[in-house]
Amino acid sequence: MAENETAVEPAAPENPLRTLGLAIATAAGGAVNDVELARGGKELVLRARRDALPALMLLLREDPRFACEQCVDICGVDWPERPERFEIVYNLLSLAHNHRVRVIVTTDEATPVPSVAGIWACATWYERETWDMYGVVFDGQSDLRRLLTDYGFEGHPLRKDFPLTGFVELRYDEELKRVAYSPVQLTQEFRNFDYMSPWEAMTTLPGDEKVHLNRLEGPA
Amino acid sequence: MSGQAILPAGAAAPETVRPRDEAESHTINFGPQHPAAHGVLRLILEMKGEVVERADPHIGLLHRGTEKLIEHKTYIQALPYFDRLDYVSPMCMEHSFALATERLLGIEVPERGQYIRVLFAELTRVLNHLLNVTTYALDCGAITPALWGFEQRETLLEFYEAVSGSHYHANYFRPGGVAKDLPADMEAKIAAWAKQFPAFLKDLEGLLTENRIFKQRTVDIGIMSAEQAMEWGFSGPCLRASGCAWDLRKSQPYDVYDRMEFDVPVGTRGDCYDRYLIRMLEMRESLRIIDQCLKQMKPGPVKVQDNKITPPRRGEMKRSMEALIHHFKLYTEGYHVPAGATYTATEAPKGEFGVYLVADGSNRPYRCKIRAPGYAHLQAMEVLSKGHMLADAVAIIGSLDIVFGEIDR
Repeated sequence: MAENETAVEPAAPENPLRTLGLAIATAAGGAVNDVELARGGKELVLRARRDALPALMLLLREDPRFACEQCVDICGVDWPERPERFEIVYNLLSLAHNHRVRVIVTTDEATPVPSVAGIWACATWYERETWDMYGVVFDGQSDLRRLLTDYGFEGHPLRKDFPLTGFVELRYDEELKRVAYSPVQLTQEFRNFDYMSPWEAMTTLPGDEKVHLNRLEGPA
Repeated sequence: MSGQAILPAGAAAPETVRPRDEAESHTINFGPQHPAAHGVLRLILEMKGEVVERADPHIGLLHRGTEKLIEHKTYIQALPYFDRLDYVSPMCMEHSFALATERLLGIEVPERGQYIRVLFAELTRVLNHLLNVTTYALDCGAITPALWGFEQRETLLEFYEAVSGSHYHANYFRPGGVAKDLPADMEAKIAAWAKQFPAFLKDLEGLLTENRIFKQRTVDIGIMSAEQAMEWGFSGPCLRASGCAWDLRKSQPYDVYDRMEFDVPVGTRGDCYDRYLIRMLEMRESLRIIDQCLKQMKPGPVKVQDNKITPPRRGEMKRSMEALIHHFKLYTEGYHVPAGATYTATEAPKGEFGVYLVADGSNRPYRCKIRAPGYAHLQAMEVLSKGHMLADAVAIIGSLDIVFGEIDR
């Protein structure tokens, strides 16, 4: 992004991305919860309210100051430990102003997110994929079929609690004379090494819990 | 056909007579094993006579769970998966991921490394466009371009093999630079190839550009206006064919693209023929960039000189204990990437190839979403082919440059 590299101090108030973010937040009323600059001030991230999403997106596309003609990508991120575990990330691009805006809303398994397919036609497949991979429902999306997984697939594979090996495997069944599903059978248990160095990653050594607690909370 | 009601046995036939046009409409299952589908595309076509009414692409037949697998691999181990996305332009796929990781790590690749990357990204662009243009011509009934084009591709793939050891799955662009420096006579070989290539392009153009049959198959087929193209998320040659002068190499330059002089070809009509023309012109522009890279390149390091991120030299490992430890740590634990997120996009031959990478401070990506250009293009299949003949649907698929490795991931 050419305009960012000219800025000497990325986090300085004159950063054009911050100015843009604040302008969007002002124009959108209360729809934007938070304006962040990711990666040292080179990427603009807006955390938005879920219910105000369509209005915000329409503003971002229609307002000539923002002019995000393209919705480049929509994807989910799963954070199981959070109360609203899914982040839905919209990466928008303005060809007129050559800037990118990232809008993030959060949701959980049950709460639908308003669809933006009426604003950008290409959103349909991205929303279908997010439904397929994370099980996030999009309100107002008329075509919420699975996209990438097999016909009749169950579960949402990109959730963090979905095992890498899956639950079923395919094989050719000699009796049925066709390909058939069966529960996955591993000759060896799936081994998930974390490769983390004990000096950096392991905070508590076995038998050393008391020392660690003292370090965290101060001596009792 | 769905309009037909299934009646229980013995039930009286319905009073109403079905309209005649409905009786004439039918559904065609195109693919998933069709040579003109460019891979495993299953296209449900609702036809009215020989005219396409609706097109519903079913994708995912090549889905391999790349994004899930990457979440379980270190950053070094994740890189080779990118070769297997768009397997027609492997190095351009690696480019996005390498850049994204570098941006999160906050490192800068040495100059020669950047030049080598740009050089090979452009060779890859030629490689990709050669395959697309020639097989596209094959879909439209011309066999010769494919035979000629593949000879040139073979030479280019030998360059791939010379630098990385492999024709396709290169694993050459790494976070921090490239895997190793070019072999001794590589630059001269590429220059020699670049010298003879314009003559080949001229021959190829002679076969296709003014060819009556080719033009009948492509002119005014699958027209996309600039507004439509933006709304459908088009990028790369498909967007430029519709009249948008947009190229990430110009507008958001990465590596040494800001030092390169080249033009961005732009179409006027946005039909299949324009998309073909844009690709032909882009190959000439790529040649210009290749020439400039070869002229400007100077000897120097090709990767970051930090053994926490790039491996030490083999010779060093035989003598230095520290180098050996670095090597061992790098290929088991890998490096830790500071927590953060980035959306990094490059101008891949097919369009904007983006990686949304979320790091949580560990040695593995927390989330790696891959944004493939062909995904958005294929989605527009219905608007592009509606009202066209069945044979035109084949021409449209060819002109979109569909590769299923990147669409299904």
